[in-house]
Amino acid sequence: METDKLLQSQVCVVNIGLREFARDMERVGVPVVHVEWSPPAVRDPRIIDLLAKLGA
Amino acid sequence: MSDSALSERIASANHEAHRRMLESEPVLVDVQLAKDAIPALDDRTILHAGPPITWGRMCGPMCGAVAGAIVFEGWARDLDAAARLAASGEIRFEPNHHHHGVGPMTGITTRHMAVLVVENRAFGNTSFCTVNEGIGNVMRFGGNDCEVIDRLKWIADVAGPALGAAIRHRGGVPLKGLIARGLAMGDEMHMRNAACSSLILGELAGDLAETATKDLSRILRFVSGNDMFFLNVAMAMAKSIADAAQGIAHSTVVTTMARNGTDFGIRVSGTGDRWFTGPAQMARGLLFAGHTEADGNPDIGDSCITETVGLGGFAMAASPAVVGFLGAGTIADAIGHTRSMGEITIGPNPAWTLPTLEMAGVPTAIDIRKVLATGLLPVINTAIANRQPGRTMVGAGMVHPPLSCFEQALVAFAEVNGLH
Repeated sequence: METDKLLQSQVCVVNIGLREFARDMERVGVPVVHVEWSPPAVRDPRIIDLLAKLGA
Repeated sequence: MSDSALSERIASANHEAHRRMLESEPVLVDVQLAKDAIPALDDRTILHAGPPITWGRMCGPMCGAVAGAIVFEGWARDLDAAARLAASGEIRFEPNHHHHGVGPMTGITTRHMAVLVVENRAFGNTSFCTVNEGIGNVMRFGGNDCEVIDRLKWIADVAGPALGAAIRHRGGVPLKGLIARGLAMGDEMHMRNAACSSLILGELAGDLAETATKDLSRILRFVSGNDMFFLNVAMAMAKSIADAAQGIAHSTVVTTMARNGTDFGIRVSGTGDRWFTGPAQMARGLLFAGHTEADGNPDIGDSCITETVGLGGFAMAASPAVVGFLGAGTIADAIGHTRSMGEITIGPNPAWTLPTLEMAGVPTAIDIRKVLATGLLPVINTAIANRQPGRTMVGAGMVHPPLSCFEQALVAFAEVNGLH
């Protein structure tokens, strides 16, 4: 679909991360599916290595 | 052992931990004095919520409750003398969890307090929790005046024995089905217990009428006037379920989450009795009128044993009523919390289903690997205590364990299994 026509039809939104953006869509009546996501919390290379070894 | 072989063993062990949680058959069998239910609870020992802690590191409500418990036991004449005794080193402090017990908020348990006794008949283990004192000025929030101590004595001398007799008279109260009914009626079993408190009173009322020898109307009003009466039953039940899953080699499933108002601690099935601790966090939620965040104490209590087995914040989707009470957003947010807990658990519990999620089972058995891999921390619903002793509850909200607990646990698990 051409981008200039994208918003002329029914818009369905998948929102990833910050929930407030999904709420904004809901407030204006746009169907939205919110996906909980945040950047990986663990930055310690030792933990990341152990997670890989322990099958996470 | 190769990494893949260890991964397979972990998967198998976690499946077993999850199976034990699901196949548990908790039954409320009695109310006894703690000294009879917990023989190791000797004189001059005080059990408390959360991981181990010394008197000098205890928060305000915990100190208040300890002083009150010392007066309750008659080890000191007044609260000042009790505080001196607590500081003297003559009192032994141990976690409830070291004795198969749990307690809400300060969680203080001593020899002559009444405890609910729950037997997990599928696995033969038994757990304990004090009887809920009601709302307001109570020892679990650090209350320690005459009103608190007199009520505790009445519970130990009158209400506890009467409830115990009624429970024995009917051969125990199976709890698994009761919880299922409560979830369908809007309880999540941590911050909302209105349905199950009514249900269990209905279960026991006839037996109480037949067996109580004193204060029947006061006992009935004591239970019916407290929507949180069932919390302590749910906690003892959850402890009996979590204990059944403890001590499985290679399992990364969390079997304890608890806080003492200073530290948050977890224990993991495959790493024995070792605690992994970090600073207790401040709950975020709604404060009662007249209070500010500065009044609140950091997270406290053993009550997150409910989340440990898939209830409380994990079952938030069951309880639209609790969402507003906790200031936790919308009902959609509550459903989102339950869904996200599915990302960090081994699987659902088909015995405890959620009408708002097409009867999906509550997410059960937290895997420390999944917590760390996703960054999704367990969601805990909680009351907020006043940081000053004896000032009751200041609000309610949601809180998480510190991530560091899970990082420490993973490192220890790796060491236990020969990985460095």
